[in-house]
Amino acid sequence: MSLTKTERTIIVSMWAKISTQADTIGTETLERLFLSHPQTKTYFPHFDLHPGSAQLRAHGSKVVAAVGDAVKSIDNIGGALSKLSELHAYILRVDPVNFKLLSHCLLVNLAARFPADFTAEAHAAWDKFLSVVSSVLTEKYR
Amino acid sequence: MGHFTEEDKATITSLWGKLNVEDAGGETLGRLLVVYPWTQRFFDSFGNLSSASAIMGNPKVKAHGKKVLTSLGDAVKNLDDLKGTFAQLSELHCDKLHVDPENFRLLGNVLVTVLAIHFGKEFTPEVQASWQKMVAGVASALSSRYH
Repeated sequence: MSLTKTERTIIVSMWAKISTQADTIGTETLERLFLSHPQTKTYFPHFDLHPGSAQLRAHGSKVVAAVGDAVKSIDNIGGALSKLSELHAYILRVDPVNFKLLSHCLLVNLAARFPADFTAEAHAAWDKFLSVVSSVLTEKYR
Repeated sequence: MGHFTEEDKATITSLWGKLNVEDAGGETLGRLLVVYPWTQRFFDSFGNLSSASAIMGNPKVKAHGKKVLTSLGDAVKNLDDLKGTFAQLSELHCDKLHVDPENFRLLGNVLVTVLAIHFGKEFTPEVQASWQKMVAGVASALSSRYH
């Protein structure tokens, strides 16, 4: 699965807007994930998961920054996220099903914040882009 | 299947009350067909599905979307017995329509996204969580009679 030129343009141009709210988007995405899919909390027994916790904010920023890296290197997501891919495969070992859950929560967050931009076409582009990112992050699992 | 708290029920019911079911139905089914094009396999008779704009403007998509979402209204009124409410529809989707239940999960998530677009800030993480329970419950009920 590979992104078309149109899809890349949509992602990159929306990212310019998104990046101005990057940190809050990251934190809120994780909040959505933990509330809607409580089983995902099992990966964070060492975290204070109360809304507004410093750890949640820091981790949310990290996650969105990584998505931003993928956007900035949208022609070579595999290269840009190679280290992160190894981290997930050898250290974190998050079950692949969870990437879909996180992607969905990020998507819902973007849809709520940028409704006018989130056309059916943009929705498709984002879903596909996050699917590519998820594939990259799980490609070294076995 | 998940258990709906009184708060879940209030959240779900109140949001549903503010929704234009006809518009949301067309939007939801249309987006399913655009975002997950393989779902078009069930709709060969719907005519022009050749582009995002063709799909979103297609009158058959809108009509069918309205049908689907109207049926979800029954779920909202019967959150404590989704299995019973959707028993017949479950048999229909298995025996006549031959729909893989994975499609119920896809549609559910598209609906959640449409709600987010429509309600914006009001679609808080807590509200989303109630609705995820709702769409998961419906998907489960619709697949409960599969054999």
